Amino acid sequence: MLKTFPKGGVHPPENKISAAAGIDVLPLPEQVTIPISQHLGAPAEPAVAKGDTVKAGQIIATSKGFVSANIHSSVSGKVFKVDKAVDASGYKKMSVIIKVEGDEWLDTIDTGNEHKKDITLNSEEIIRKCAENGIVGMGGATFPSHVKLSIPPGKHCDVLIINGVECEPYLTSDHRLMLERTGELVTGISILMKALKVERAMIGIENNKTDAIERLREFTSGIDGISVHALKVKYPQGGEKQLIKALIKREVPSGGLPVDVGTVVHNVGTAYAVYEAVQLNKPLVERVVTVTGKELEKPVNVLARIGTPVSNLIEFAGGLPDNTAKIVNGGPMMGKALANLSVPVTKGTSGLIVFREEEARRKETGPCIRCGKCITACAMGLEPYLLMSLTEKGMHERSEKEKIMDCMECGSCSYICPANRPLLDYIRLGKATVGKMIKERKQK
Amino acid sequence: MSSVVLITIISLSLLGIIAALILYFVAQKFKVYEDPRIDQVEEALPGANCGGCGFAGCRNFAEAIVKSDTFDGLNCPVGGGETMAKIAEILDRKVPEVEPRVAVVRCNGTPEHRKKTSEYNGALNCTIANSLYTGESDCPYGCLGLGECVDACDFNAMYMDSETGLPVIIDDNCVACGACVKACPRNIIELRKKARKDRKIYVSCVNEDKGGPARKACKVACIGCGKCEKVCNYDAITISNNLAFIDSDKCVFCRKCVPVCPTGAILELNFPPRKTAKKEQEEKVKA
Repeated sequence: MLKTFPKGGVHPPENKISAAAGIDVLPLPEQVTIPISQHLGAPAEPAVAKGDTVKAGQIIATSKGFVSANIHSSVSGKVFKVDKAVDASGYKKMSVIIKVEGDEWLDTIDTGNEHKKDITLNSEEIIRKCAENGIVGMGGATFPSHVKLSIPPGKHCDVLIINGVECEPYLTSDHRLMLERTGELVTGISILMKALKVERAMIGIENNKTDAIERLREFTSGIDGISVHALKVKYPQGGEKQLIKALIKREVPSGGLPVDVGTVVHNVGTAYAVYEAVQLNKPLVERVVTVTGKELEKPVNVLARIGTPVSNLIEFAGGLPDNTAKIVNGGPMMGKALANLSVPVTKGTSGLIVFREEEARRKETGPCIRCGKCITACAMGLEPYLLMSLTEKGMHERSEKEKIMDCMECGSCSYICPANRPLLDYIRLGKATVGKMIKERKQK
Repeated sequence: MSSVVLITIISLSLLGIIAALILYFVAQKFKVYEDPRIDQVEEALPGANCGGCGFAGCRNFAEAIVKSDTFDGLNCPVGGGETMAKIAEILDRKVPEVEPRVAVVRCNGTPEHRKKTSEYNGALNCTIANSLYTGESDCPYGCLGLGECVDACDFNAMYMDSETGLPVIIDDNCVACGACVKACPRNIIELRKKARKDRKIYVSCVNEDKGGPARKACKVACIGCGKCEKVCNYDAITISNNLAFIDSDKCVFCRKCVPVCPTGAILELNFPPRKTAKKEQEEKVKA
């Protein structure tokens, strides 16, 4: 029996069209737009001005506060302007726009392809390197990694969990990374273990990626403490709390963090970025992005520089098909539709999915028939139908009691609802309102 | 047989009398004094429980107004001057002077003026759409057209115009309770001073972008050029964040600002048609 999490979950069609496409390096764009806030927490502060010459890997915005991250230039060239630019939601956010000239990296960065296995730094130095190089969670939530690696006093961590689940349909960027950068990834995991001072690391991979499981088993066979676990395919297994439950059978308390049950979860993409940051001193300036869609000429996985316009990636995959109706940034379950194609790739962009008209449109909404399917599907054990109507009626105190803040917005409820009710949309609204209420209460 | 009936009646009556006595003494002992004027004030209020005054309902408002010594910050926008006069009479205070106000939608992004760049297919709720993206046009400030304000209105004073996709306010029904102002996630609706014959002059735009992008998103956007500010003789117009604002308390409805606006962002409503220079001359000649 393969392991999985016990409560809820759904089985959307996998559609991993680009699984066989190796990672291609995307040609450099003419201009990059790098937002100064690509992570959870406080936005960074711009450190360059118009007209400055920058090299790839140079800091262009410094982190403000502990929960924040440095932003580095992903290209070499001249700063065109530091101004507001449209981001994925269509709203304008402060960004650094750089005109690309050549491809010159900072001297301190090792740009060679050699795999460096020896870890010379100690725990504090590793954490500092992650912070300096702007490493954030690459799974999509973009939480600064150095914060996760710094175990708060009084807490204890005994096992590191590496998330190679990639449960979102369509996305294959983590899959390809596990296959093609296996050695570096394993070194990255060893570095993370050293930073956390743990003896054990578990890699969780869903069983639809058997090649990745085998390859990682092969690479980790000689290493003590690292084990690879095949998991039953079920969405949302890549959720932190679900993965912990599936692998080590511990339950993170409501409102708590994984470290409360003695574990820390990092994505495979993050582990690879940590390898680059610690061993090569290379900041997070590029990432693997899946560009896929049923009508797309050539679904690909590309290594793109942060700040590259989305249109370049789609052009690389063969251009937009005529019957395109929607382009989603992220996975089809949790991603958001893009308002415009000039927006840049950021640290959290895991995929771009091009949908046809018939796939893109939501079906007509009907009234709730009290079938309870959303309750069965919810991996957090919540009652989505109730949370939606409480939010609709503005009963936010009650929805706080019903643990609306435990929702991780996986979208299983909206997916399963036979009446096509926009459950998650309303729960998100409720979460935002309740979040504001809690904040106000704390300030008092 | 008759004795049974008699005993029953007597015993039950006795029980009733004892219970009544207990209740009487308890009521005396635990009596809570309540100002009788609260009831009177509540009666005078419209009883809509709309929350426009800032209190949960009419009763709470009545309690607050009786407790307070002045009318500072206390006003029933629904009842208006008439109701406030009645309350003042009950409380034996001076009638406060409150100017009637009316809600105004500060967006003129009709399909002609504002190009549709995407199609929204999600939950029909303005706040949700606003949190997801800029809406069906490129203007991140304008009306989303999903009618949350209309749903919030308790007085049938609003409807969505299906042609323009914008909410319309029925001035006669609007009581300026402010429910729509609170409901709008983009702060487009404003309460302005009600003028004679429902006349209105206002900047029908809330776009704070610079001229270029604002104009690109919507033909009738305010570009913050400042022409209206210069032409105004009454200091009623101020410009901040690339956006003009006409203070309805200072505006004298001279209409000078309307023709100078290069984008037509300033609207004049319910005025008689303007006389052109030619017509004026003709009239002079006739005179």
